[in-house]
Amino acid sequence: MPLLELTGINKNFGGIQALNDVSLTINKGEIYGLIGPNGAGKTTLFNVITGVYLPDNGGIKFGTRSIVGRKPHQVATAGIARTFQNIRLFQNMTVMENVMVGMHAKTSTGSFGAIFNTKSARLEEKMIQIQSMKWLDYVGILKEADNLACNLSYGDQRRLEIARALATRPKLLALDEPAAGMNATETGELKALIQTIRTDGVSVLLIEHDVKLIMNLCDRVAVLDYGQKIAEDVPKLVQTDPKVIQAYIGGELP
Amino acid sequence: MKHFVQDLWRKFTGNKRALFFGYIFLFVALAVLPFLLSNTVGLTWVRILDFALIYAMLALGLNIVVGFAGLLDLGYIAFYAVGAYTWALLASPQFDLHLPFWAILPIGAGMAALFGVLLGAPTLRLRGDYLAIVTLGFGEIIRIFLNNLDHPINVTNGPIGINKIDPISIGGADLTRTHELLGVSFSGAHTYYYVLLTLLFMTVVICVRLEKSRIGRAWLAIREDELAAQAMGINTRNVKLLAFALGAMFGGIAGGLFASLQGFVSPESFGLLESIMVLCMVVLGGMGHVYGVLLGAILLTVLPEILRSTASPIQSTLFGDVYIDPEALRMLLFGLALILVMLIRPTGLWPSPKRRTSVDPDIAKD
Repeated sequence: MPLLELTGINKNFGGIQALNDVSLTINKGEIYGLIGPNGAGKTTLFNVITGVYLPDNGGIKFGTRSIVGRKPHQVATAGIARTFQNIRLFQNMTVMENVMVGMHAKTSTGSFGAIFNTKSARLEEKMIQIQSMKWLDYVGILKEADNLACNLSYGDQRRLEIARALATRPKLLALDEPAAGMNATETGELKALIQTIRTDGVSVLLIEHDVKLIMNLCDRVAVLDYGQKIAEDVPKLVQTDPKVIQAYIGGELP
Repeated sequence: MKHFVQDLWRKFTGNKRALFFGYIFLFVALAVLPFLLSNTVGLTWVRILDFALIYAMLALGLNIVVGFAGLLDLGYIAFYAVGAYTWALLASPQFDLHLPFWAILPIGAGMAALFGVLLGAPTLRLRGDYLAIVTLGFGEIIRIFLNNLDHPINVTNGPIGINKIDPISIGGADLTRTHELLGVSFSGAHTYYYVLLTLLFMTVVICVRLEKSRIGRAWLAIREDELAAQAMGINTRNVKLLAFALGAMFGGIAGGLFASLQGFVSPESFGLLESIMVLCMVVLGGMGHVYGVLLGAILLTVLPEILRSTASPIQSTLFGDVYIDPEALRMLLFGLALILVMLIRPTGLWPSPKRRTSVDPDIAKD
């Protein structure tokens, strides 16, 4: 059953066509990989999906609703959470507070409730704290809860970004190069975490340069090159696709 | 030494009984402070204290916009002006309106909040320097409007200002007059001190509660990273407008109190320099930290006054003559103090405890 459906997405920046008629479908419960050489348009596609960029034309359907033209916060509320290629945590807030911010959309205390410290505000705050600790435990950084986010190790910062995204209770978790800069152990742990997330009912869209991780983890993979989708299939078939090989290491010598 | 003080503080705040007596002591100290001052150094100092409390409220309002939400606002004094003029127009012989304070206070707060949203709405896409320039312009627009609204129809009396503004009066008792209560005589400055202290206390409670709430976290998130905040489902437009409105509201209340205490307002009191002064209170005290901002506001109001009253006598006794005009010396020392604080404590005199750990490498190592 399709969860996210892109049809004929185009996006130009001045004279550069960053995305050229890209269509793809992510099914419920799937780990979907998106790979491609540098500058292929992966992150642009990501930003189009999450509402940061408006596509020039094309459709995006999430579940049964169209989310084209929605603002980033509306896309997040609709159920697509994301992480960033260059980690974007709230650096001067604690690890715990970072995750608590993630619960913003699913909670409702306004300034009135906060100022008068109403009973419902107190209850909600308690719930937010309990849930946030649960998410920190889920990704394995509960012991860092009171540290500032900027004091975390690189790997833990990546984990915190995932915890923060999960706290928005998404149906689709979009990860932009989560393994970048990680060593083999950390990548292994990340892989296990992503599998757990999928088992718990969240579909995953994964941009990654680590081909081994993609091949091991993903159910299906799409390959972008110069803004066009040149392949989409199970990892094994994509790996041997001549067009993919050409895109990555060039064609045969004349 | 640093650790010793920290340990002592932790032990103190950890002990419920000590904390209880600490609060009692603070309460009593704040209650007798104006009498202590008026009986030793004179009634003027109670008035200075009153102004310090008004500035503290103003700085706390600005702290919501600058410290929490990270929106650099250089025209904040405009909301102070809106509040002050709202009070002046609704309770003075100008239009012969004399509304009671409990009606004007919320009207002034509402007017200021409205102007906060009016300023906020067009600047939502701006950040940092650009936002600062636009808000600076807004502050000047308000001042120039007030300066020129004496024709074609006279609303504000222009540069002459509005005089004979009603003071706060409760049950017909004018609070700027001297009253006898239980055998103690309260002058106007004394009664105002207690009214202002109560309102400031409420402001502090509101600020602290807001900061720790869902809304406060959303503000901090926008300050830290706006794009990431949006990705968390935060409607940054609404949350920013809320910061502008709430911040302006406190400015408006402070402005109204200022007008009623002073009995007179003119556009002169709301210049760019005032905006910068309030911003200095926030930055010097510790941006984003409620108690730090409180400290900054009190220090920056009281210290110049101490200097003003001591600079001349000290010079006379030391050198036999007054060489530097106290007013010039004030700006000189103020500039020096700003530079020193920014060099030695870039996060302010009393930053929020968590932010300090991220900056001070000595503490981070422990």
